[in-house]
Amino acid sequence: MEDKSTYNYKVVRQFAIMTVVWGIVGMLVGVFIAAELIWPDLGLQLPWLSFGRLRPLHTNAVIFAFGGCALFATSYYVVQRTCHTRLLSDRLAAFHFWGWQLVIVLAAVTLPLGYTTSKEYAELEWPIDILIAVVWVAYAINFFGTMAIRKTPHIYVANWFFGAFVLTVALLHIVNSAEIPVTMWKSYSAYAGVQDAMVQWWYGHNAVGFFLTAGFLGMMYYFIPKQAERPVYSYRLSVVHFWALIFTYMWAGPHHLHYTALPDWTQSIGMVFSLILLAPSWGGMINGIMTLSGAWHKLRDDPILKFLVVSVSFYGMSTFEGPMMSIKTVNALSHYTDWTIGHVHSGALGWVAMVSIGSMYYLIPRLFNRDSMHSVRAINLHFWITTIGVVLYIAAMWISGVTQGLMWRAVNADGTLTYSFVESVKASYPYYGVRLLGGIVVLSGMLIMAWNVWKTVQGQKPTVAPVQAPAH
Amino acid sequence: MIQFISNTWSVYITVLTLISIAGCAILLKSQSKQRKRREGGAPEVTGHKWDDTLEEYNNPLPRWWMALFYITIVFGLGYLLLYPGLGSYAGLLGWSSHGQYETEKAAAEALSKPLYDKFAQVDIPTLARNAEAHGMGERLFLNNCAQCHGSDGGGRPGFPNLRDNDWLYGGTPEAIVETITQGRQAMMPAWGDQLGPEGVRKVANYVLSLSGSRHDAALAAEGKTTFETLCAACHGPAGTGNPAFGAPNLTDHVWLYGNGSEKDIVQTITQGRNGRMPSHAGVLTPEKIHLLAAYVYGLSH
Repeated sequence: MEDKSTYNYKVVRQFAIMTVVWGIVGMLVGVFIAAELIWPDLGLQLPWLSFGRLRPLHTNAVIFAFGGCALFATSYYVVQRTCHTRLLSDRLAAFHFWGWQLVIVLAAVTLPLGYTTSKEYAELEWPIDILIAVVWVAYAINFFGTMAIRKTPHIYVANWFFGAFVLTVALLHIVNSAEIPVTMWKSYSAYAGVQDAMVQWWYGHNAVGFFLTAGFLGMMYYFIPKQAERPVYSYRLSVVHFWALIFTYMWAGPHHLHYTALPDWTQSIGMVFSLILLAPSWGGMINGIMTLSGAWHKLRDDPILKFLVVSVSFYGMSTFEGPMMSIKTVNALSHYTDWTIGHVHSGALGWVAMVSIGSMYYLIPRLFNRDSMHSVRAINLHFWITTIGVVLYIAAMWISGVTQGLMWRAVNADGTLTYSFVESVKASYPYYGVRLLGGIVVLSGMLIMAWNVWKTVQGQKPTVAPVQAPAH
Repeated sequence: MIQFISNTWSVYITVLTLISIAGCAILLKSQSKQRKRREGGAPEVTGHKWDDTLEEYNNPLPRWWMALFYITIVFGLGYLLLYPGLGSYAGLLGWSSHGQYETEKAAAEALSKPLYDKFAQVDIPTLARNAEAHGMGERLFLNNCAQCHGSDGGGRPGFPNLRDNDWLYGGTPEAIVETITQGRQAMMPAWGDQLGPEGVRKVANYVLSLSGSRHDAALAAEGKTTFETLCAACHGPAGTGNPAFGAPNLTDHVWLYGNGSEKDIVQTITQGRNGRMPSHAGVLTPEKIHLLAAYVYGLSH
């Protein structure tokens, strides 16, 4: 029986299972729109199957449904186990779970119908924005409330990162979603012109920084030391890189608006802080990878650890690429091309998805009274499939993006552009095929995961885990 | 360019930025003290423990990582010294994105100017037969016109075909130059409210009859008076159009919107049309427009 003396695993289980479900749904939509770029009539000319409407559905599904559920499952698990106490409130947790699923379903209905604020990663219309804010506040109360009643004197590093994620995403969402409703499903932003663009990318880049980075670093800081059975490499490094990371991320947004109407000084500050962000980002990578020192041999036959360590490597690569792309001269080549798409997916698939998948493989058996997943070999297969898919995807987008950037800037002696836009589309075409292939490969890995999860939880009783006494 | 409503904001931004960068350096410095590791011993742990097994070593910050951090800070400060970034301070190099654009544009114009000047005095019909001018004109067309008129100039619904000899605003070299330079704004008013669905159908059938297309003769006869009252003002009593307004000739088989079906014409009369060709006066130099006009002229001559 679950009671006050046990951990609340119910909400963890719910979010963990939905992580797999929404991962498949979100990636399936991604594969479909990747195919639409090759065969534009694939949507049968139905407006709700058009690229423009399904693309925000894909991004919302993978970030907020798949990534969100993974973060909620792991943060609820980690905060209880490292604070040695049950969640503050089971009812708030249940409200959080069902409220968030409702948000996802509403997104899946309204986006294809064409209801959108047109702000990237914040497309949902005002009634859903309000629901998100309410659900998020419930989550924040529960998360910080649990930390407040902890039985340990110190707060574990994973909780710092989860805490930064919870607090900042609330702030970002509420400020950027300030809008004036006109009808039930239409609103206009409270900001105008370049200020609106700046607020949007302050939000957009910090969504990357706090939703897709800080939150998942929290995951990394629990599951890597646990799976490797080694202490975290450096407490001091985690202090420095945590504060430096959350502080500098806040300034980096303007690099999304290079060479636009945004004043030059704002662009420069965005670029400078994006470069300063490199070392704080790499601090997380170092702490993740160096935690394995003395346990490298485990990588040979532990596919969960492979997922976790390779995810951190992709994190290091993306956070090197990001600052480089924020340099104005590099950005002049990369902006608006597929290079950006490649960069995002090396972060989203290589880092976010892989660290989530690894964590789920650790978590799910422990939630369902099992010692390990049904098939460890299937985890290994999933690992290799994902790695190949991600590499295919990002390599295709790099080549396509650089090609586009070079073609768009090529000029004839008479001052005309060497290539018309449609010629660059033609040049990208083969790489769209490779990208689709990479996407299909990654999605098929998720289907293997779904099978493995099904076999693991089928007929199993949920784990009832008693709250442990703290060590000291 | 003044981007601050008062100097206070400029100072505020400058101070805040510098304090923030300094803050990163101070944070790094404060944690960089090296403690000697005990000989041969394991690294020091912090002594905290969570969830049975979670512990932390207190390894010092990696030196190379600290160096990387300091380098980015020094680079950032150097960049802000040279380039605009600290409030309204312009930077030692005097660079601005607008300035960069103007410089690059001027350099490109200087390079290509002789090429265009060479053809500036040649009249358009002669130029239309010149192979080199044709190539340059085609590139200009693909860069600036193909998005609406199509790569071959064949047009699309709402965007005129430039390969035939039917011209909305006249097809003389002078008219083409004027169209490209100043742009054109056509305005067909909407008659749906005034005529009602039945009235619109009658006029539409009369319009169809003008070009000898298939139509309902009874409806067309009823629409004739309306046409003469409302439409003839622009399209002319015989429906042959008027290049002064860009009012299309309705007696030929060339249709700007749709393919000349009753449905398309009913839609045009009901909702009106708002054809707009943008002006290129600020976009292309007169010499470029001259070449472009020769290319367009050559498409149908």
